[in-house]
Amino acid sequence: MPAIKETIEDVRRLEADKYKYGFTTEIEQEFGPKGLNEETIRFISGKKNEPRWMLDWRLDAYRRWTRMAEPNWAKVDYPPIDYQGLHYYAAPKNASKYKNLGEVPQELLDTYKKLGIPRKEAEVLLGLEGAGQSAAEARTEALSGQVAVDAVFDSVSVATTFKEELAKAGVIFMPISEAIHEHPELVRKYLGAVVPVTDNFFATLNSAVFSDGSFVYVPKGVRCPMELSTYFRINAAGAGQFERTLIIADEGSYVSYLEGCTAPMRDENQLHAAVVELLAFDDAEIKYSTVQNWWPGDVEGKGGVYNFVTKRANCHGRNSKVSWTQVETGSAITWKYPSCVLKGDNSRGEFYSIAVTNGRQQADTGSKMIHLGRNTKSRIISKGISAGRSDQTYRGLVSVHGKAEGARNFTQCDSLLIGDTCGAHTVPYVETRTPKAVLEHEASTSRLSEEQLFYARQRGLDEESAVALLVNGFCREVLQELPMEFAVEAQALLGVSLEGSVG
Amino acid sequence: MLVIDNLQVCVKMEEGKGRHILKGVSLEVPAGQVHAIMGPNGCGKSTLSYLLSGREGYEIIGGSMMFEGQDLAGMEPEDRAAAGMFLSFQYPVEIPGVPILTFVKEALNAQRRARGEDETSTPQFMKLAREAAAQLDITHEMLKRPVNVDFSGGEKKRMEIFQALMLQPKFLILDETDSGLDIDALKMVAEGVNTLRGKERGMLVITHYQRLLDYLKPDVVHVMAAGCIRETGGPELALKLEEAGYDKYAGGGA
Repeated sequence: MPAIKETIEDVRRLEADKYKYGFTTEIEQEFGPKGLNEETIRFISGKKNEPRWMLDWRLDAYRRWTRMAEPNWAKVDYPPIDYQGLHYYAAPKNASKYKNLGEVPQELLDTYKKLGIPRKEAEVLLGLEGAGQSAAEARTEALSGQVAVDAVFDSVSVATTFKEELAKAGVIFMPISEAIHEHPELVRKYLGAVVPVTDNFFATLNSAVFSDGSFVYVPKGVRCPMELSTYFRINAAGAGQFERTLIIADEGSYVSYLEGCTAPMRDENQLHAAVVELLAFDDAEIKYSTVQNWWPGDVEGKGGVYNFVTKRANCHGRNSKVSWTQVETGSAITWKYPSCVLKGDNSRGEFYSIAVTNGRQQADTGSKMIHLGRNTKSRIISKGISAGRSDQTYRGLVSVHGKAEGARNFTQCDSLLIGDTCGAHTVPYVETRTPKAVLEHEASTSRLSEEQLFYARQRGLDEESAVALLVNGFCREVLQELPMEFAVEAQALLGVSLEGSVG
Repeated sequence: MLVIDNLQVCVKMEEGKGRHILKGVSLEVPAGQVHAIMGPNGCGKSTLSYLLSGREGYEIIGGSMMFEGQDLAGMEPEDRAAAGMFLSFQYPVEIPGVPILTFVKEALNAQRRARGEDETSTPQFMKLAREAAAQLDITHEMLKRPVNVDFSGGEKKRMEIFQALMLQPKFLILDETDSGLDIDALKMVAEGVNTLRGKERGMLVITHYQRLLDYLKPDVVHVMAAGCIRETGGPELALKLEEAGYDKYAGGGA
């Protein structure tokens, strides 16, 4: 696994800290007004030239939000967030369109380089106006293994690659801000259909102020010809990021979507409250993979991203399937429960998760599987690794409703502790209203043993490689579920995140 | 090759107290030789193997252990491995989720990098693995399983020797490799070890019993009791012990 070595070495070269993505891009930023009120909403909506219905939707969400209280049931501890002290919109100036590569600020190009987006791809990514030419080149260059990328830089989506390629297949993949203009009938119909406006405090906040994100529509019977990918990056200081992703897989279609997240190192906490909605119709399948590596704060717990995210899928159609796969190593605080509502008969939901906490990180995370239809199946495999002085809680819900005869769930929660100053907790809720369901729950907690470490070191692996190998082994069942593009990066990330966790 | 001189060691315990385990062990294994250490339980044999390979928890309070002119005491376990020190564990640990081939390849490449050598190519590695596995009657299916997970005692010991064949260390320590083996497995393991014998390589075989030595034919046999080497001789010493037992060394101490 030479790639791991490279990544680890790259990280070591950074003097400041062990966080690979902790750079700031020096680009002139345009900020919205500080604080949250109706004017802020109008400003954001105005920036996007949004139609009236969209503004009204946001304002409605805002008014509801003002009457809601921040949830406090999670096992995380942080000082109160000053919602009036934040910017709700930040964008690189003039970043929306570039006529040619020469116009793209070098800093932005460098950012993509540091994010690991191949130069060639970054060029395509940024040279949007010349996309026809670039896409044609790309077509002749590589017919397989392509990944279409949408990059969200603070609040705006910078560019989307391979747009034409996808259009040929009938797949719509674009920033949601564009989709609002180009496909209002789809956005209007499905926005908030899976995560209602008033679902929870953070989702409602997102509904009011979201500035961009990705929109995907895969038409009937279409197998999306490439992996779709989004890179989210928070850059501006004192700004929250609220992206909104909406993916609709129509009957018999298939799409695999990859999401990567990074943020610079900052002393203050950055708020990130995203909403992801997935909707799968009859016989459709969506695979959603995340590598989340937001800045976790320093070892003393200073700074870091507050990651309060609502991700939910509606397996609406018969035989539909949604699979969430995630590798989460970042964020100071994580509050996140990717869920599946299994409405269609025979539909399936899966959740494969690796969560690593180190330093002072806190994570309260898990999954919800709501069985409504007959013969619905779900599977939850959660691997939690706690190190340093971090604290991690798996919180899950498996709920089987009265009509969901023949429902099945299998849940496996494994926790691995490294050192003796971290915590791991498991809080599974299981409920069923039909006797005709089969629910299985397995849980284990183990400690990375000194014997295992010594064994690996005796064979020649240094301590950090040994930890990485042992942790990769612990996570194997989940790593196997990741798309190739992410698997290598994810394995490397595990090692890097746990550097210095032993001895 | 390996020179241990008057080595005195404590096990680290709570509140700075230590228990004296090795009380002045001296031993020299030249390249090309196989030495056996025999002795009763608790005499310090396994401690010696852990000390040589660099396990934590021991404190050297006197003496030295040198490997090819390098002081082992100052080296990390992985550096000792890269220098050619291999320990076949008495109780090989399980590593869930890591296939044996992945583990060995990572280890081999880590050692090669540390020595400034190129990493081994996958086809080359697989060829070696097939040969080594065939010699030890290890199936391809076994190689795909996670390291030592759900292996029988005998399978674990065979896997230790498989790793030795793959890593080609300069020096092997076999810590009770014969325990838990039936006679067929013992023979197979011993044959594996014998293919590693050569004039460039040294071995230290720790055992209670003669039967492994029937196959390995050591050049020198040491008897260890209560933290000291009490007697050193040729292969005949092992046979004598088999008959008379360790009684004559009991209670002697230092």
